[in-house]
Amino acid sequence: MNQTKANPWRRRFHELGSPPSVYALAGRLAPWLAGICLLLFAGGLTGGLFLAPTDYQQGESYRIIYIHVPAAWLSMFVYAVMAISSAIHLIWRMKLADIVARASAPIGAVYTFLALVTGSLWGKPMWGTWWVWDARLTSELILLFLYLGYMALVSAFDDRRTASRAGAILAVVGVINLPIIHFSVEWWNTLHQGPTVTKFDQPSIAVSMLVPLLMMALAFQFHYGWALLARIRSEILESERRTAWVSDLVGHRS
Amino acid sequence: MSEFLAMGGYAWYVWPAYAITLLALVMSVLLPIRRHKDLKAQLTVLVRQRDTTDAS
Repeated sequence: MNQTKANPWRRRFHELGSPPSVYALAGRLAPWLAGICLLLFAGGLTGGLFLAPTDYQQGESYRIIYIHVPAAWLSMFVYAVMAISSAIHLIWRMKLADIVARASAPIGAVYTFLALVTGSLWGKPMWGTWWVWDARLTSELILLFLYLGYMALVSAFDDRRTASRAGAILAVVGVINLPIIHFSVEWWNTLHQGPTVTKFDQPSIAVSMLVPLLMMALAFQFHYGWALLARIRSEILESERRTAWVSDLVGHRS
Repeated sequence: MSEFLAMGGYAWYVWPAYAITLLALVMSVLLPIRRHKDLKAQLTVLVRQRDTTDAS
């Protein structure tokens, strides 16, 4: 106890795990993330819909890229966050890690759904079909089921700790799907095109198209942060509802 | 403007994609914010009830 008082950095670290300070921090941070998110969306959409040139092969249909690719990237990024926090929760029993994983799942599921739907709307005019059972599309669909499975599993137990542990194990095991999604376009023959942005040695996308795409990806990133903080606040209130600090919080204010 | 909306003939693919995305992104921040507000209001009522029963 004395040690934590003596060392301010150590105290910082302890505060990171304490529900009241995380709750307050989330409330203070959220408006900033929201503002940056909206600015990035404004910039990315202007660049993507108005300034970027028409694609010489795909015409205007390619503009779906500005939402499809960010949604697909984030669908994997959020899963990685969920799996890492689940592992942290399993190993160190850190409560906050469990809250981050639980709050991330529905947001990740939304991005995955959007990647699938916008991909379908792009595939129809370009490939002539809404859906094919190829490696990239199928593995992304499995990702959606992993998110939904996690959410179902976590809500299936009355005991919160058992629920968290069961969900965490599923999340960690399911991480094997991430490299499968990423490399699917190289390992198997597929209708889906290969990577255009992530091969930096020989980028096959014009700068005027790339800049809005990266802005949209950042906008999605900040959207995730914003939605995550909003969910974390409810999760903390819910799990701490019987504590004194929550009584103080709702008793004194509002 | 109408040329922009036509999206080179792909309007029926491009705009639904953007509309669904907009709707989903807006809902995934609005719903948690509303849930947090409701939860806080609900807890306020609970705490007041408890305080009045404690006092009497």
